[in-house]
Amino acid sequence: MTAVPRSDAWEKVTGRARYAVDMALPNMAHAAVVRSERAHARIAGIDRAEAEAAPGVIAVVTADDLGDLGRRFGHIVPDHAVLAEGKVRYYGEPVAVVVAETPHEAADAAALVWVDYDDLPALTDSAGALASDVLVHEQSYTEPGQEFLGVAPTPSADNVAHRNELAWGDAEAALATATTVVETTATFPLVYGYAMETYNALADWQPGSLHVVSTAQHPLMVRKELARMFSLPLAAVRVEVPYIGGGYGTKSYTKLEPLAAAASWASGRPVKVTTDVEAAMYTTRADGAVVTVRTGFDAGARICARDIDIRFDTGAYADNSPLVLTKSINRSFGPYRIPNLRVRGVAAYTNTTPASSYRGFGAPQGALAGELNMDMAADRLGIDPVELRRRNLLAPGDTIIDGKRPLDADLAADIDAIVDALDQHAADRDAADRDAAADAGVRRGRAVAVTASDAGASPISTAQVRMHADGSVTLLVSSTEMGQGSRTALAQIAARELGVDLEAVAVGQSDTRFTPFEWTTGASRTTTVVGLAVQAACADLWDNLRAKAADSAGIPVDDVVVHGGRLHLAAETLTPAEVIRRWFGADAGEVVGVGVIRRDGVTEMLPPFWEIGAVGVEVAVDEATGEVTVEHLVTVGDVGHAINPDLVKGQDLGAATQGLGIALWEEMIYDGEQLTNPNLIEYRVPRLRDTPRRVTSVLAERGDGAGPYGAKGAGEGALNPVPAAVAAAVGRAVGVWPTELPLTPPRVWSLLHQAEPGP
Amino acid sequence: MTGSPAPTSIVVRMRVNGHDCEMLVPVRLTVAELLRDRLGLTGTKVSCEMQVCGACTVVVDGDPVSSCTALACDLDGTEVLTVEGLAQGRDLHPVQEAFMEANALQCGFCTPGFIMMAVALLDACRGADQDKIREWMDGNLCRCTGYAPIETAVTLAASRMGAGSRGDDH
Repeated sequence: MTAVPRSDAWEKVTGRARYAVDMALPNMAHAAVVRSERAHARIAGIDRAEAEAAPGVIAVVTADDLGDLGRRFGHIVPDHAVLAEGKVRYYGEPVAVVVAETPHEAADAAALVWVDYDDLPALTDSAGALASDVLVHEQSYTEPGQEFLGVAPTPSADNVAHRNELAWGDAEAALATATTVVETTATFPLVYGYAMETYNALADWQPGSLHVVSTAQHPLMVRKELARMFSLPLAAVRVEVPYIGGGYGTKSYTKLEPLAAAASWASGRPVKVTTDVEAAMYTTRADGAVVTVRTGFDAGARICARDIDIRFDTGAYADNSPLVLTKSINRSFGPYRIPNLRVRGVAAYTNTTPASSYRGFGAPQGALAGELNMDMAADRLGIDPVELRRRNLLAPGDTIIDGKRPLDADLAADIDAIVDALDQHAADRDAADRDAAADAGVRRGRAVAVTASDAGASPISTAQVRMHADGSVTLLVSSTEMGQGSRTALAQIAARELGVDLEAVAVGQSDTRFTPFEWTTGASRTTTVVGLAVQAACADLWDNLRAKAADSAGIPVDDVVVHGGRLHLAAETLTPAEVIRRWFGADAGEVVGVGVIRRDGVTEMLPPFWEIGAVGVEVAVDEATGEVTVEHLVTVGDVGHAINPDLVKGQDLGAATQGLGIALWEEMIYDGEQLTNPNLIEYRVPRLRDTPRRVTSVLAERGDGAGPYGAKGAGEGALNPVPAAVAAAVGRAVGVWPTELPLTPPRVWSLLHQAEPGP
Repeated sequence: MTGSPAPTSIVVRMRVNGHDCEMLVPVRLTVAELLRDRLGLTGTKVSCEMQVCGACTVVVDGDPVSSCTALACDLDGTEVLTVEGLAQGRDLHPVQEAFMEANALQCGFCTPGFIMMAVALLDACRGADQDKIREWMDGNLCRCTGYAPIETAVTLAASRMGAGSRGDDH
């Protein structure tokens, strides 16, 4: 389809776009959260008298004040305390919330809540936690038969938040007889997704109803948890999500909403809770991981087995990590022919910020070791790393995981496109007149990496199109708009299906009271799964228009044919607007179409699509400083069909840039119990001048997706292989394979000095 | 020390987006809080609260200022321009137009800050070259776009607005 401008551009360049943090309600009060100053401790007492007496204070709320409300939430494991009860499990955990007339009064009073702690040993790394007798959770919260997306939670014991595995063949036996076995262990850091609008929620509890405006990516998931917490019917809970200032998966599922709702309930006022960056870093991060990959090859450099161990640092509460771990297992071994496989994963509870979804969802963690291992193997086998991948890649239609959708992408062609671009850059560099001095002290390396993710989440989606008396359309979906451009792309699909101008399609804001059911906005699912629901809604609308045209004319419905955006009857041709006005007998009325997607038809087989990540990088390493510069980044958006090419390229570059951040700079550093860098000065994200010197963005449109017009999703893919590609390229430049990210100058400098020949 | 206690609020007179206003502001109130909470100008966004991300950038007497860490009481006698004050009626500022045209935004949360930084740059230095643009825009963070479209947008606006500057040595 054609490039069209974003529908939200005017609002966003004029400052008129509304985000949750901009919202206010009449008589609104403000909350400040009292956060734990211990990583692991019993709460001996909370002295709130001074805070309650402070100016402007309306209420001080602790776990003891929650009455009949649910005390815990969590969509997979209901382990997450709304407010710490009995003990705190990580530094920064909410212990109390102070409600006051103004944000300043709330913050001042929060500093006057005195909490007494009895310290417990703090478990701040996953290996230590799994070996410890000290428990982060003394009880299991899971119930038999409980599951979420096919993931049955592991009853927590020995600090195991979740355990899962995937195997076929006999990996152990195959490795024993392999010609060559290559082992790689790599550490993926604790990272914070830093959406620039930090978590916030505004809640208005009234008897029998709860209204929440928040930054939630998945409003329907939040509605379900709040309904349970307040013992309210789903219909009584309204979750409204205006524009989101960045999501990237970090705003998946429930975050601050229970806190805001409890504060509103306790104070009798609408209450707004916001976070600064520090509090956001105490709210959610991505799972850190240590992954070991052993790959066996036969004499022809073909993989005979892969054996992979994944250990997650999941933090104090499970949140979505059981699913992230399961996805990491599925995404760790790569889109290769692997006759024997064993992947074992364990997610450990630790006394750190709870981990959950972040763009890529377990794929970057697994791919770091998995793809680095392919490069190390190529070296050992004396084969070009691209050739080694070509020799082992799956072909379109091959099975990746038995029982799942066959591979719907041509990875060999994607890799060819990357190599062509990397070669072109090298040729341009060699052709350019260059100052030899500029290359002195610089080492270069390049690498390619590829991933395939079982994406799209659960295909449960509902769309509604309301056609008005002039033929224009209001499209209602609960997909949240966090910058990915879903409102634009979905409007394009509706416009094409209904034969109307794009300007004639308005897309509503996600609001559970008005917009229809949507599973989530994540897993790069919207264009594919919601797009199919929009197509189905448009088809339903045409059926309804045909019926009304037939009814008005007194003819059988089969005598009305839809073609070219018009309804053709024997005697005349009508526009949809004419059908509506004639049927209502006025210049009024509207006709509605509803589209539903479930596990059926084209979306019966999971995943709805495989999301491909295919990238190449060339890096330059400064020998003197260890500083890494990305000279060239190549992304291939293997999206089947780009409904809006600019938006797809925007997703690819944005995702790859976040991958570069993880590869080179980003890491949450715990020193003992406390996060030492909870701010954007010491937690460094990519800036404009850090970006690659050259970017090649390729779109592969082969029409091989299950979505509208052959589309597949985009959004995560280009992040997933980037940390691995950068690690491999730096390894090639330096001569030593990295074992942990980020590759900061001190780390790379150390690698450079390891590589130097000894005395 | 003796004497009268320090005032907790101060009257400030300023011009915001071309309108004179006079307000009694608490001394602890930041410029961002004044704009967003008192004047309803929520286009200015707050994120890092440490002068790192630039999302809260507004223009005060021609210079870009991080409104999250500037005090409202220091605005006395100044002229403040926010993203809401750029358009002339229905006509957008060339920087706003360029951001739309270059698809230089996704979630949009950083957009007002980038636009105000670019406006300050191109006001100070109409003919800003690529290095100058990269230097100035390096002070703002974007997590969605990977920056390339933003650089394109500012370059486009710079070329359209032509050479010349207000004369400062930037």
